[in-house]
This record gives sequence, structure tokens and C-alpha cells, in this order.
Amino acid sequence: MVNPSQDAPAQAKNKKVLIENLEIKYGDTVALTDVNLDIEANEIYGIIGPANSGKTSFLNCINRMDDMRPNMSTTGRVWFNGIDVTNWRNLYSLRRQIGVVFPLPVGLPLTVYNNVALAPQLSGINKKADLDEIVERCLRRAALWDEVKDRLDSLGSLLSGGQQQRLTIARALSQEPDLLMLDEFSIAVDPVTTMRIEDVLKELKKEMTIILVTNLVQQAQRLADRTAFFLNGRMVEMGKTEDLFAGKVQHQETLDYIEGRFG
Amino acid sequence: MTGRAVNNTIQTDDSPDLDWYIDRIVQVLMFIGGISAIVLIIGIFIFVTREGISFIFNDLDFAEFFASPRWRPTSEWRATYGILALIVGTASITGLAMMIAIPFSLGSAIFISEFATGKYKEYLKVLVELLAAIPSVVWGFIGLTIMNPLIIQIFNVPVGLNVLNAGLILGLMAAPIITSIAEDALKAVPDGFREAAEAMGATKWQVIYKVVLPAAKNGLLGAVLLGVGRGFGETMAVLMASGHAINLPENIFDSVRALTATIAAELGETAVGSVHYQSLFTIGIFLFLITFMINLTADLVVRGVKKG
Repeated sequence: MVNPSQDAPAQAKNKKVLIENLEIKYGDTVALTDVNLDIEANEIYGIIGPANSGKTSFLNCINRMDDMRPNMSTTGRVWFNGIDVTNWRNLYSLRRQIGVVFPLPVGLPLTVYNNVALAPQLSGINKKADLDEIVERCLRRAALWDEVKDRLDSLGSLLSGGQQQRLTIARALSQEPDLLMLDEFSIAVDPVTTMRIEDVLKELKKEMTIILVTNLVQQAQRLADRTAFFLNGRMVEMGKTEDLFAGKVQHQETLDYIEGRFG
Repeated sequence: MTGRAVNNTIQTDDSPDLDWYIDRIVQVLMFIGGISAIVLIIGIFIFVTREGISFIFNDLDFAEFFASPRWRPTSEWRATYGILALIVGTASITGLAMMIAIPFSLGSAIFISEFATGKYKEYLKVLVELLAAIPSVVWGFIGLTIMNPLIIQIFNVPVGLNVLNAGLILGLMAAPIITSIAEDALKAVPDGFREAAEAMGATKWQVIYKVVLPAAKNGLLGAVLLGVGRGFGETMAVLMASGHAINLPENIFDSVRALTATIAAELGETAVGSVHYQSLFTIGIFLFLITFMINLTADLVVRGVKKG
């Protein structure tokens, strides 16, 4: 485990995530620039904005998935728990602390059980009883247990879209993450299931920090404590969600977006 | 300019136009193309069967054919037609070849698909395909002129044309084919699986071992089976490198003879329609059935991917 950098700014130490002057490029194309924000522990931090505004690229910087994309380059600093992740060497240990839920459910070609048990196994938990307990707890929390408890040995990819998405949430929870990042999780999920997952997220907030990237403005309004608005590769503004939705904004674009006047 | 099509009246009759005819012609051509493969394979099977059928019904002693190692079709005193030694020859060469080829080709397929990037990856793929394109007689030549003295020297054995030589050559021949098909199978695993696993903190090897290989398992098995089929069917290189001696091998330094090599070497010297001639065709039927079953199994296994 890497020790906190000596030059960590004071404010980085008591924030869950602190972003300074982040810029992301794909080749010569700037995908996102000039992002400065901080995320408190145990808050749900909403990020809203239309497609191509750099939201997913932003998430990739936090768990250093940029490492997998050769043409993606980032400048600036990303502090996670007071540690500069841009210089983090053991990326696997970083990623184990951060759970990710992708927009389209990726049910790994494993059984339902193994989908959830994989992350604990990767971090060295091998006792059947421990794994059983983790799998049941995570599936319950993701509001999926009742539907799959009799078919834990069937392939995860055979579940319906909404079930697969809850499976990926259970999988993310099985890492016991410190930070949970959800990237437009509700795209492939019906509204009823979405509401159930949202209730789950409100509960989870007690234990972890959540970054919620969403294209549903109302979802951010329902869930997020604070919200940032990304547009065309820039962070337009951020603020308390209730303020933004009450119209206390610094930029007209933000108001236009959250009131649905463009997009 | 109006910019509108000249003929934009609503068509009220269903008379065929040019596009309709072209579509019909293309359909017929495609049908002929598709059916010809089936007709050809059935034709070959009928031909081979017809040439061998009278041997099967008149002269064949099943017990002798499959259980006797004595293949003496030209004996003046008493001709015997036992292919056991040939079966064992083919099986031992193929078995050794697969023991060599499978680890190498799966390893290189994993390397090309999961570790190599960019230009490097493309060069490797082209090289592997080039390797697969080397004519088998060239491989046989290598076996005869390079491997033979090497084996004699290294292992201090009298003959270098043996199971080891033919197995090595055949393994090297099958490896690029298995690699190529296995790489396709790995490439077919969606990147989303890899990303999801990496995002969970899996190391590169954990991603491969826990996610990619299980997902590609059927395709990989199919690749291996196709390699086995290739091994059974290969003739020229095996003929040149195996020593071509009818023998039940006791170890890998014994010379053996393969089923295919026997046909290739003897068919030209037999009188058409003679018992010897027919017996060779019977071997052909036997080979045909084996490779057919291997390929069918491979095909079913690969298809299993889509069902699962």
C-alpha cells in the first residue's frame, strides 16, 4: 500500500476524492478539461450532462482505467483518501477499493454465484462459508436475492437485463468498496427496478461514498447531495443539488439543462 | 433541377423489374455455391466407398484388420491386411504432436490476444499465418535433413526418423493453425468482460484465468480438436519424418508408419481394382470417418458457445 504523498494538500486529507486541474485527452482531442472538485466521504455525488461531455472519462481517471487505454492521457491530480492516484503503482489494489457499475450490464460468463464471489476470491477469500455469506449479503443488498436464490448456479448472462444490472451492483458491493461509481446504471433497467436500486443506494451511502453519473436529471435530484454539471468536455459548475434545482445557478446553461430546455 | 426521381409514380402491379431478376439470379448462384460443397463431399465419400466396398464385403476380416499389426498386402504366400500398427503409428505421432502443439499454441494465442498490442500484435498474427502456410513437404524436408541427424546426435539412437521426429514436425505444423483459431476464440470474448474484471482489481493473469479462458473455453477446445484432425490427416511430412516402418512402437525412438502415408506410398504401385488397391481405399474410408467425427465434434463444441 502506498503511503500518502508528502505533498498532499491539506484539504485532500479530509476529502474522499479531490480533483485538481484534471485534463483528459484522447490523442490530440481534449475530452475533458479544467475539472476541479472535491467529494466528501459518505455523500452521493451526482454528475449530470449530455453524452460526450466527458463523464465516463472522468470516472476512468479515478480508478485509473486510463492505464488500459494507450491513447488516453491525463494531466492534473486525482487524490483518493489523501493519496495521489495518478502516481499509484499497484493499480489492482486501488481498483479493489473502488466498485464500478457500467452503463450496460456486463454479466461475466460465470454463474450468478461466481459473478459475485469473484472479487472476494481475487482478494484471497476462499472459504466456502465466507463466500456464501458474502454472495447472499450482496445479492440481498442489490435487491436481487429473492429472484436468483434458486438459480445461483446458472449463468449470469442468462438473467434479464435488469437482473444483470443488479448482479453487477452486487458484484461491485462484493468488493466492499470504499467508493462506488455508477455510470448511468439505469439505462438498461426498468423504472420500478431503478427505484429499488435507488433505495439501495440511499442505504449504501451510510457505508461508502458514491459517485453517480446519470443522464436522468431527476435521478440526480432524487439522490445526489451535490451535483456537478459537465458539458462539452468542461465542468460548467457544481453545487448543492437542492440549490441547483432551486435555480440558484451561476450559468444559464445549467438551468437550461436541468429544466430540459436543451439536450 | 427538380431533384426528384423521374419515376415516382406509385406502382400498382407486381410485375418483376430488373432488381427482382438480379435478386433471383444471385439467389440461384448462391444456392449452387452452397450446395456444391455438400455434393462434392458426398461425391468423394461415394467414390471412396465404392472403391473399397467390395474389399469390405469379400475379403475383410474385421478382427485381422483392426487387431493385427501385420500389414503385408503384397505377400505372395499369404497377404494380411492388419492396420493396427498403422493406427498406433498415426495415433502416437498425433498424440506427441498435440502434447507439443497445444501448450505452445494456447500460450501464443493468449499472448497475441491479451498481451501484444498495436503493430506488434499485427506482425505476430501475420507471422503465425505465414507459418501455417508452409507446405507440408517442406516440413517433411526439415524432418528428413535437419531433425534426423540432430535426433541421432542428441539421443544417440540409430535412426532419427521416428515418432519423435514426426511428432515434432507435426506439432510445429499444427501449432500455427491451433494458434490462429484459438486467437479468434479469445478475440471473440467481449472487451467488456475484461474491463469489468479489471475494474474489480483483477490482475492481468486473473482476468485471463478467471474470465477470458472460461468464456473462450469452447472455442479453444474446438481449435485443439481441429489440430487433432489436422494431425490425423497429414500425410507428406509424416511419411518423410516417421521412418515409414510397420512397427508397434515401444518408445518414441521407434520408426512407425501412418495410415495416410501408407495410402500415399502404396496406391501408385497397386493394380486398380486389386485387393490391395481396395484395402487402401478401406483405410481411406476409415480415415474419412475418423476426421469426419473429429471435425464434427469440434464443430459441435464450438457451437456450444452460442448456446451457452
